[in-house]
Parts: sequence; structure tokens; C-alpha cells
Amino acid sequence: MCSLYSTIQLYIMIFNFTNRSVSLNFSRGGKSSICKVVFHNMQPLDTLYLESTSNPTVEHFSTLIDLAVMELPGQLNYFEPNYDSERLFKSVGALVYVIDSQDEYMSAITNLAMIMEYAYKVNPSINIEVLIHKVDGLSEEFKVDAQRDIMRRTGEELLELGMDGAQVSFYLTSIFDHSIYEAFSRIVQKLIPELSFLENMLDNLTQHSKIEKAFLFDINSKIYVSTDSNPVDVQIYEICAEFVDISIDLHDLYKATANNNKIQDGKALRPRDLKNVSQLENGTILYLRQMIRGLALVAIIRPDGMDMESCLTVTDYNVDNYKKSLEEVWADSKITTSNSFITQS
Amino acid sequence: MSSNNRKKLLLMGRSGSGKSSMRSIVFSNYSAFDTRRLGATIDVEHSHLRFLGNMTLNLWDCGGQDVFMENYFTKQKDHIFQMVQVLIHVFDVESQEVIKDIEIFTRALKELKKYSPDAKIFVLLHKMDLVQLDKRYELFEIMMKKLQQASAEYGFPHLVGYPTSIWDESLYKAWSQIVCSLIPNIGVHQATLKKLQNTLNAVEIILFERSTFLVICSSNSTNVYTSDNSALKNINNSKNDTIEKNNNGQQLILDPKRFEKISNIMKNFKQSCSKLKCGFKILVLNDNIYVSELSSNMICFMVLKDSNVPHELILENIRKAKQYF
Repeated sequence: MCSLYSTIQLYIMIFNFTNRSVSLNFSRGGKSSICKVVFHNMQPLDTLYLESTSNPTVEHFSTLIDLAVMELPGQLNYFEPNYDSERLFKSVGALVYVIDSQDEYMSAITNLAMIMEYAYKVNPSINIEVLIHKVDGLSEEFKVDAQRDIMRRTGEELLELGMDGAQVSFYLTSIFDHSIYEAFSRIVQKLIPELSFLENMLDNLTQHSKIEKAFLFDINSKIYVSTDSNPVDVQIYEICAEFVDISIDLHDLYKATANNNKIQDGKALRPRDLKNVSQLENGTILYLRQMIRGLALVAIIRPDGMDMESCLTVTDYNVDNYKKSLEEVWADSKITTSNSFITQS
Repeated sequence: MSSNNRKKLLLMGRSGSGKSSMRSIVFSNYSAFDTRRLGATIDVEHSHLRFLGNMTLNLWDCGGQDVFMENYFTKQKDHIFQMVQVLIHVFDVESQEVIKDIEIFTRALKELKKYSPDAKIFVLLHKMDLVQLDKRYELFEIMMKKLQQASAEYGFPHLVGYPTSIWDESLYKAWSQIVCSLIPNIGVHQATLKKLQNTLNAVEIILFERSTFLVICSSNSTNVYTSDNSALKNINNSKNDTIEKNNNGQQLILDPKRFEKISNIMKNFKQSCSKLKCGFKILVLNDNIYVSELSSNMICFMVLKDSNVPHELILENIRKAKQYF
């Protein structure tokens, strides 16, 4: 089973700049913290105790796509000939560069431009993403100023190197709120070739089921793989992400009893798909259903006077159909992506 | 009944031991992170909290600086220590002056002995998260032994203590047991809950207070929450509680900390609901966990044995059950 699913590796590289001559302390841009918080559910405060990373680390995550996050230590020099940076850059889908916004960032920008120049030469289809990180310590207006300043300076640096057409995306992030998940969601979405299908399918679903907003979440990381084409309200995203947390936590508490029952009934041991429905006082319904491969659909439904039962019946039916079509899309994508994997390696 | 519904709770302890943080988290929906913003409490801060509709908790949060402390034991002593139902004394496990902490505790006990000898005494060893995991139990035992001695001398032999931390669910455990010791008709709730459990064929039903999500009682534990439980007895009780035999003689192992965890989870959920500017009504997880309001101030949490029972049946049962609570 596993070998079938290990298709394309979409690497995300994360690294930031550090001056090699200064002590290791300066490499604390927050990359490991980001990885731990987003992909390992670590509490933001605990990341204070992380050690400095000394080796490139690669971790694999299976969601709709197979995602591998490679974290690179800040104090490495990528242009040393003994380092196989060419192979590295060729294999990645996106490069995430972390700039510490609370630190002096001039040299970090110069470094970014150099890395970009090299990366484009090796792999023109690479996505360059810049996280302006640790903005939790900055005031609101200063955030905007910092972003504008960094964007302008990066533009100038790139112009000097003769690559003014290069596409760079900037995100303001912090591990103490949901902005880091939001940024990673956008980054991962760029790497999914089927994104437009997913979005269309979600649009279809929302239009026919009184759904106000629907997200397709990766359960482990709370990154959303896709959403419908209505604009994303950060608050609604937060609520949905928390709803995923709550469902899993409650489910885990009583998992033992559920499993016992399964044995008792003589049925298969396969755990039931997670399903969670909650209604609020004003009638709004929060709806969660597990889909394929660690993904879950989370939706906010406003019944507008319709009663909950009939509204849910319609939604359940539509979601079942949606799940079926997801499985179909996935079955098809396996073939195409495994082909490209062969050519790549 | 009417006069007895006002309960006076004293929350005491040396300055910086985390008294106001606790109060804010349990009763004012603060997150543990938010409590950093709290400053020192000046003198006594009163808060009146309605609990379970007809019960009012008067929480006296007594600032712990030595200046105020001295005042409580001299000038204001009749004002502070009169008509006290419950004393909650908080100890900082990181404190350097343990002797002095205990001394203040005994001074409080002395005044209580004089002004309200029927008061219940609870001690909380707070900030336990700062102690290494393997040392926590040992430290708690040593400290409790000392405090037990001290309180027995002043005529309060039934001392109940809890290790707590604002960063995990131990806080909810301690506070639900404290508050439950004040509820007069807990036996009635227990019996009704037991009946409901049989009707619904449920693994477990837990009753929560609506606004604070403190546990009132659960259908499985017989009397974990009655008042005069010593800490040791509690540990034994919760051990028995984890292994419940179901009808077929199969053992179900449930998490002993589940009550507190549910409190914590549901409180988080309530907070995220408040972002949508409205309250929580009902939640159905996997067709076997139901969380629903039962009355204007209670919420019940039910885990069913069977997930194939139709929704309507369960919801109808809940509706019928409402009149008994």
C-alpha cells in the first residue's frame, strides 16, 4: 500500500540567513520552531527550548500530496563545492526563506537574492516564499512598514542581479497566532496541481448545501489544502481549526470504548471515520467529516430557518458525493504524478 | 435555603503564588497565556459569581503582599474571617520561604477556628509545572504531610490538597471538587444521572456547570466529589474509577483525567464559539458522544455504548431528561 502512495515528493526547503563568522546564536530565525509548531503540534512556548539545528533534516508528511519538509541549518554555506546543492534545489517545489523581523535584516535580504539567483538557475519552476517572521513583537503599523521595506529592498537586490521578473511571495507570520498556518496553507496550495479542481468541487458543494464556508483540512497540521472561492476570513479559519482540535481530542478520550465495541460486534476493526456536528444557539452548524488520507472537511453551515435535521441530511448526502469524487481525483492524480517522479529522479 | 445560598470563599496565599490567575482562568475565561497581564491584587478583590443558578459564590481574592497580609490578621480579622464557608490556600511550589508560607497558613487557620470553625479547608500546591515530572508526587506528599499536621493542630483534621498548574487540566480538577463540596443536593443529581445512564445505555454521563465547565458529578463515580475526601482516598478512588466493567464483563479503560480534559476542551470550544458571537448548544461526535445543554446552567456529556442508535431517539431522551434537572 505504502509504495503505491509514495508518489511525488514536493519539498519545501526552509532556511534563513546567518553570518557564518558569528556565533551560532544568531541563527535563531525560528525555522525549527515553525516546523515543530506546524507539523508536530508543539506548543509555541515550548519551542524556546529547541536546540540549534546542525544538519539538514527531512520529514515526510502524507496528505493529499506527499509533502516533505526539509529544514536547513542556518549556519551552512550552500555555495561550498562539497555540498550537493544543485541536486537539492532541483528536487524542491518551494523554498521558504525565513527573515527575522525583530533583527537587523539587510544582510538576510542580500543572502536571499543570492540564493534565489542560484535556485532559479537550477530549477526555474521553484516557488520562492519569504516569511517575515516573529511579527508578534511588532506593532500594527510597524508590521506594514517592515513588510514594505523588505519587499522594496528585495526588489532592488533582484534588479541588480538582473532578475526583476522573479516571483516572490511575502507573508507576515508568527507562531503565536494562526498566521503561520495561513501562510503554510497558501504555500502548500501552490504545490498542488489539482488545486483548481478541488476548489471547484468545494464551490459546488457549498452552493448546494447552505454552507457558508468550507475548508479541506489536513488533520495533523491544520493546514488547509483547499477552500471554496469565497474570501477567507481569518477568524472563521481559526474557528474551524480549533474545531478540528476539539474533535480529535474528544474522540481520543473515548477511543478505547469505541474500539472495544467493534470487537464485540464482530465487525471489522477499521476505525470509524470521524464525524462531528455541533449547533450553536443562533442555529449555525459546525460540521466536520473525515475525508481521504488524513484530510477532513470542515464547514460552517447557516440553515436560515431550515431545521437542523433536514439541513444535515442534505449536507451529508452532498458530502458523501464530494468524498467519492475526491477519491476519483486522487486515483487519477496518482498516475500522472508517479510519471513525473520517474523523470525527476 | 435562601440565606445559605451565598457562599463565602477566601482565596489566600503569599503574593505571586497565582491566586488571581486561577480565578481569571476558571471564572473569567482567561487563557493561561493571558494571565501574564494580571498585576498584583490590591487588598481584597471581591467577585460575585452565580453558579448553578441559585448559588452565589462570593470569592474574596486576598492580595498576598506582606503589608495586606498583616492587615488581615490584625485590623480586619473579624471582617475577613467571619462566615467563611471555604478557605482555599495557595502555595507556590517554587517559593523560597516555605516556613513563612506555612506560618501564614496557620495564622489563617487560627482566625478561622475562632470566627468560622465549620469552614472547609483546601490547599493547592500551585505552579506544579515548574517541578520535574518524577519529583512532583514526592514533593506533594511531603508538603501535604506538613500541612496536615499544621491544620490538625488548629482543629481542622480534614485537609484536602491538590497539585495544580494553570498550564494543564489539574486546575479544573481542584476547582470542581472545591465547588462541588458546596452543592447541597448533589446526591439528587447523582441519582437522576444514574437513571439516565441506564435509560440511554450509556458508557458514561458527566454533568458540567454551564459557564465555568466545572464537573458537577458523573454517573460512574459513586462519590468522588463528596466533601470530606482526603487526597489519598481520592487517588484510590480515581484508580477504581478507571476500570469500569461493562455488561459483558469486558474492561473499559478510561483516562482518569478525562473530566478535567473535557472541561478544558469544551472551554476552548466555547471560546472559539464566542468568536461567532453566540453560545454553544449541542455537539454530536461520531454518533456516540453527545454534548448538550440540560438546563439553563448545566451541560451534560454523554458517551453511548452503541453508535447506531438513531439521533432522534437520543435527542428525545435528552429532552425528556431536561425536566429532572
